Amino acid sequence: MSIDATDRRIISATQGGLPLAPEPYAEVARWLGLTEAEVLARLTAMQAAGVIRRIALAPNHYALGLTANGMSVWDVDDTQAETLGAQVGALSFVSHCYLRPRALPDWPYNLFAMIHGHSRAEVEGLRGQIAALLGPACRGQDILYSTRILKKTGLRLTDREG
Amino acid sequence: MRRTPLATGALDATDRAILNALQTGFPLQPHPFAVAGAALGLDEATLIARIAALRDIGAITRFGPFFDAEAMGGAFCLCAMAVPADQFDRVAALVNAHAEVAHNYERSHALNMWFVLACEQPRDIAVVAQAIEAETGLPVLLFPKQKEFFIGFRVQA
Repeated sequence: MSIDATDRRIISATQGGLPLAPEPYAEVARWLGLTEAEVLARLTAMQAAGVIRRIALAPNHYALGLTANGMSVWDVDDTQAETLGAQVGALSFVSHCYLRPRALPDWPYNLFAMIHGHSRAEVEGLRGQIAALLGPACRGQDILYSTRILKKTGLRLTDREG
Repeated sequence: MRRTPLATGALDATDRAILNALQTGFPLQPHPFAVAGAALGLDEATLIARIAALRDIGAITRFGPFFDAEAMGGAFCLCAMAVPADQFDRVAALVNAHAEVAHNYERSHALNMWFVLACEQPRDIAVVAQAIEAETGLPVLLFPKQKEFFIGFRVQA
């Protein structure tokens, strides 16, 4: 799907969040000089195409006690990596899961899974669950904990035409 | 963004039900709060007030559409560097000075600096990585996403 200038205006208007009003899409439409029907149709099309992954509420996992997280990394047999990666990504405690290229010899890992828990000990236990799931297809593993945030900015779409 | 847990008792059962239910999706309909509220036994005004209160206490980071940045035309790449301890702050400053560096974490590994490049065009990734290598004198390893498994994360409230 290619998104057009109007889609970009809708994205720009809603990437900070939907208004907490009884008719939030009508409100967005008013901001942009569009009709509610057009905003709904465009959001629906973007969601169907995957440009919008979901419209939802994101809990603050720190506020809810999930204060520990680790980037677990796994060296998984390439012939099984896609199948097993999908299973790891479906685990409720894994927020991000990717296949990435190895950087041999320093970096033998091709599957990355961010694990969230209430404590470092819980994260280590959950890591054990992933190891059990991967079984003999996994030839090595590690986990990297963040020790400092050096920079954090939101990924915001720059306003541009077309 | 709040990075500390809420006090015990800050959320009641209704708050938890809202947090659990609306993580998965929100209706694309003219009165979405009425529709979503009906499934929770809440009327439209109550659900709106509850979400506003959850936002105000920092229990919610975002409420609305989640966009796939790549589907909108951007290019992203996870990068890592092994930075000697005595150069760490200098290198962090050089890396962070690039506007394309979206976030950057120190991590517990020989590869101790991990950052994400967010560029307008795919070809810009290599350009920025090479600039960082030239400025720092250190290799930048690129870990582009080959496949993303984006399915299941749920925070049990």
